[in-house]
Amino acid sequence: MRIQAVLFGLGIMLLASSAAAQEIAQAFVGAHIIPIDGEEIDNGVLVVQHGKIKAVGPAGSIPLASDVQVHDVAGKLIMPGLICTHNHIGGMGGADSSAPIQPDVRIYDSLNIHDSGFKRALAGGLTAMNIMPGSGHLLSGQTVYVKLRKADTIEDMFILDTKGQPMGGMKMANGTNSRRDAPFPGTRAKSAFLVREQYVKALAYREKIERASGDAKKMPERDIGLEALLEVMDGKRIVHHHTHRADDILTVIRLSKEFGFRVVLHHISEGWKVAEEIAKAGVPCSVIMIDSPGGKLEASYLAFETGAVLEKAGVKMAYHTDDWITDSRLFFRSAALGARAGLSRAGALRSLTLSGAEMLDLGDRIGSLEAGKDADFIIMSGDPLSVYGKVLQTWIEGQKVFDRGDSKDRLYAVGGYGAGDEQEPYFCCFDQEGENN
Amino acid sequence: MNAIRFPQPAVMMFCVGLICSSTASAQVAITGKTVHTMSGPAIANGVVVIQNGKITAVGPADQTAIPAGLKVLEAEVVTPGLIDARSVVGLSGIFNIKHDQDQLERSSPMQPELRAIDAYNPHEKLIEWIRSFGVTTVHTGHAPGELISGQTIIVKTTGNTVEDALIKSPAAVAATLSSSARKRDKGKSPGTRGKMMAMLRQEFIKADAYREKLANAEPDKQPERNLHYEILIDVLDKNVPLTVTAHRAQDIASALRLAKEFDLDLILDGGAEAYLLADKIKAAGVPVILHATMIRPVGDAKNLSFETASHLVQAGIPVAIQGGYESYVPKVRVVLFEAGIAAANGLTFDQALATITIQAARILGIDAKVGSLEVGKDGDVALYDGDPFEYTSHCIGTVIEGAVVHDHPR
Repeated sequence: MRIQAVLFGLGIMLLASSAAAQEIAQAFVGAHIIPIDGEEIDNGVLVVQHGKIKAVGPAGSIPLASDVQVHDVAGKLIMPGLICTHNHIGGMGGADSSAPIQPDVRIYDSLNIHDSGFKRALAGGLTAMNIMPGSGHLLSGQTVYVKLRKADTIEDMFILDTKGQPMGGMKMANGTNSRRDAPFPGTRAKSAFLVREQYVKALAYREKIERASGDAKKMPERDIGLEALLEVMDGKRIVHHHTHRADDILTVIRLSKEFGFRVVLHHISEGWKVAEEIAKAGVPCSVIMIDSPGGKLEASYLAFETGAVLEKAGVKMAYHTDDWITDSRLFFRSAALGARAGLSRAGALRSLTLSGAEMLDLGDRIGSLEAGKDADFIIMSGDPLSVYGKVLQTWIEGQKVFDRGDSKDRLYAVGGYGAGDEQEPYFCCFDQEGENN
Repeated sequence: MNAIRFPQPAVMMFCVGLICSSTASAQVAITGKTVHTMSGPAIANGVVVIQNGKITAVGPADQTAIPAGLKVLEAEVVTPGLIDARSVVGLSGIFNIKHDQDQLERSSPMQPELRAIDAYNPHEKLIEWIRSFGVTTVHTGHAPGELISGQTIIVKTTGNTVEDALIKSPAAVAATLSSSARKRDKGKSPGTRGKMMAMLRQEFIKADAYREKLANAEPDKQPERNLHYEILIDVLDKNVPLTVTAHRAQDIASALRLAKEFDLDLILDGGAEAYLLADKIKAAGVPVILHATMIRPVGDAKNLSFETASHLVQAGIPVAIQGGYESYVPKVRVVLFEAGIAAANGLTFDQALATITIQAARILGIDAKVGSLEVGKDGDVALYDGDPFEYTSHCIGTVIEGAVVHDHPR
């Protein structure tokens, strides 16, 4: 019993010392720093404390207090943690097959935080992401924005708004994935009609609420699906819309104008065909990078050049992993292949960080290395747009959450026996049978 | 006018079509600041001369004469045309609808008689796609997913007909020992791993008996021709190798067991957990056509590692990296990219390049013809404006038998 008591005491001490370590500032000195919102700094300093960035600048420009914990990162590279606007990890399962529109479903009620996908994402330098239900529905549920903090429950990963509510968007899709047997739509026009009908219903619901003017007896029965749609129309919940073909993209823009919802266009294989229209509508785009066109009819004209075309047209663009579609460990590849096809270096790096943050209404909190923002950053061995550059460490809010030098972390970074999950993802259109089996 | 606003895809297809049809002069010289011949050390400031479709000279620029009148292409980095050691391209099309998916016949679990030449579409868009990254040779055919799904072929990534493109048919018979070959419907076989092996063994025993019958029957009393067993006899006679797709270590072990029992010329395909059995694979003298480095870690491949290629090469096992088969997206993988990730995860540059050039050629038995830049071999060359494995480099040219089949940065 005595040994236990001693160990327990030691545990307390360790906890206390790690808590104290959070309190003193940490300075990362000597790295090449890519702050995203400013010029790259060749020999820089990053100071973090209390989970926030205190200062960023060239070495010597920032006075360091005597009690600062200094990390020598000379020869390394530091940039903000990556932000993925479209991700399916965590064994997610949103809407079921009962209906094409299910705004009542919250994706976070389905997530398993022990899923190895989270560990791979950290190995890839992701620190925040939008986890979404799949694209087999016109509307497959509420998405959730998370930080990949060490967690016991999904709540520990939430990003809270000013009212303390978990932030998230709404997942919608058009095109072929959501065209299925009844009660799903069989055509594109029916798809758009069903969506319009649902938003009209939500508007009627709001009118009833307004007419009740606070009188509980006159209030309509609570409908959590319609409530969520009102959050969409009030601009609180951004629609993250799967869409590939040029005409489908324009349909999304048309509906967003009709009902006044804020939207981010996702995937947009044919976005290059309507870049000017997208620019005119002022709608941001989150692009999928796939190694070849096709695999489905509506992606047959997918092009590496989409990012460059959108940048040139003045459209705000990010990339996303769509993880399991592409691997979070290879997120840099998406932007780098975009750069291969003409996207600027600055645009490529912003597309993995600040642009994504802005698409999640988080641009003032994460996505760049600026004093006052969350201390979410990665330390790399080399250039982020090089195949040889590796994420060495990932930090979230001043805490190290991935270290390639740690053998357990390395297993997920590289793969190997025991890295795989039993759990498989659910996609509407992904033939698990034929894949790797 | 979308094509005007973003003309690349449309123009690309058109140009390549033009180039393909005007390949009269298969005479070209290629100069590179670095020429990776894959038959010796890289040559600084090297030249490759191609005449009548064949390489006639390779060497340093100051020692290698370029015959007058030859078109000269210049590149930062020159490599042999790349080889995708296992794909389904040409059978599995870009649209991924029923009508362009001919890679897997589900009517019966063992159909080695299905020939890839009867299903390969040389006009498939995805062939043009991989060609634009420097891929000049593909081993393609029936996909994994049935116990014996059919035959494979080796083709060049050009040609108006399969005959134009063809290097070898049949190249192999494709078998699968993994979850995808297992039937889930009640009463259907094979329903278990044990049954898979039982069925394969019984089939080879039957083929052997048919071979015996053929050998012993009088000329006028020969048994009826049996296309199914004829090709399996080719496998038993080691005229045609058997590829076995297996990811889990236990399935790889089963493949080795099968090959030993029937003395087959085995090529392991996939091999996600091959790192657990490197010694045994090496001892069996079996090469591995490794899964694409970036396939998803799901299903039987859930324990895959980016470092498997490195483990196997270090163990002395011949390794090629494949584009493989995808049921969804990306419909075709580019081996250049796949080898690049392996190069970033333990393989040296030369080792990684070998997995998609000379080692692939050796494993497929076509190294006398392709896979390195040597006098007498086919004039298949890939041109890059930097390290071919870098994300931001471009393939600026692809040459097949002296004809330029891709000519702009991709």
